[in-house]
Amino acid sequence: MSRQSAVRADNRKVSAELFVLTHGALVAQLVKDYESDEEVNKQLDKMGYNIGVRLVEDFLARSNVGRCHDFRETADVIAKLGFKMFLGFSPVITNWSAASDEFSLILDNNPMAEFAELPEGHEGLLFSNILCGVLRGALEMVQMEVDVWFVQDALRGDETTEIRLKFIRKLEDALPAGED
Amino acid sequence: MAIFSVYILNRAGGLIYHYDHFTPKSEIEKTFSYPLDITLREDDKLVVIFGERDGIKVGHALLAVNGEPVTGKRLPDGREAMEVIKNQENYPISLKFGRLKLTTNERIMLASMFHPLYAISAKLSPEQRSSGIEVLEADSFKLHCFQTHTGLKFIVLTDPKQLGMDIFLKKIYELYSDFALKNPFYSLDMPIRCELFDTNLQKALDQSERSNLYSSNPSLA
Repeated sequence: MSRQSAVRADNRKVSAELFVLTHGALVAQLVKDYESDEEVNKQLDKMGYNIGVRLVEDFLARSNVGRCHDFRETADVIAKLGFKMFLGFSPVITNWSAASDEFSLILDNNPMAEFAELPEGHEGLLFSNILCGVLRGALEMVQMEVDVWFVQDALRGDETTEIRLKFIRKLEDALPAGED
Repeated sequence: MAIFSVYILNRAGGLIYHYDHFTPKSEIEKTFSYPLDITLREDDKLVVIFGERDGIKVGHALLAVNGEPVTGKRLPDGREAMEVIKNQENYPISLKFGRLKLTTNERIMLASMFHPLYAISAKLSPEQRSSGIEVLEADSFKLHCFQTHTGLKFIVLTDPKQLGMDIFLKKIYELYSDFALKNPFYSLDMPIRCELFDTNLQKALDQSERSNLYSSNPSLA
């Protein structure tokens, strides 16, 4: 009765620094390649989206979460399981809208931006914008259309880093059989 | 030897992966004397329709005549296999029968047929929020299906006695998320042609056979 097969050799975690520096280099290169911060933000979001649609399967395969039936549940899973699993910290969930269709994630200890300082003339740059894309892509794969954007970014001199998620609609036609 | 094959369907019901792990042997070669007491149907394949005997079953196709393979309905030298069988001069004759392997196209067709069946079964259920087919049992095999929240379906065909397949299906899901999705050159919803995925799936299959974890039949262990 060996249970070994079920346990993944999960000692493959690399230092967060390698990831953080790689991401930093990526953003720096994009800043060089594109004229405007707007465009860089857009590219980061796009890349994030492509990562998100793949990452979500990894997340679902390794965690035992069921389907979320409201946005509050979704928020919990994202902050407490998703962020924890991939970035090693849990953002704080706040600022719920009255209709429970919007909330904010406060990323005070975002490891991605730990060493970065925005160069002059790039006040519009959203250094961690890739996260918005990841969230959007991942949620789209579980049939939730959301809007994700940065409200505040500590790197740009705001008080804190805040990502806002707004639920738009459930993608009914993409819903797998048996779950509609 | 209890897992026959593995299939993966994408969100639209398209077959993106199939792998045959173990096929029960069905080929039988026998020498016949005139007249042949097996009735063959003559359309695009030569299939037994009547006269089961000695393990040759209805549905088996004629695979070879005197050791020469039958492709389509012809022998390698261009003769019609049926002509040869009908001719008394050729007897005694050795014929090989067996079940034909599904072609990739047939598999794709069947996979996309299973997709709506799954949806219908979910709709038919008198209970609310019921999933679709999880297990489909037949007398010679058992189909285990697992649908992810993203809509992918993982299907494993096994021996009817096989238990514990939900763990194994979950394991395949993990392998898929690792070796297909994390391969940056794999595009989503497309057929999986990743060697790493193949090798790791085989490893998992071998492992599941060796450990008693998935096998309920002590004679197989």
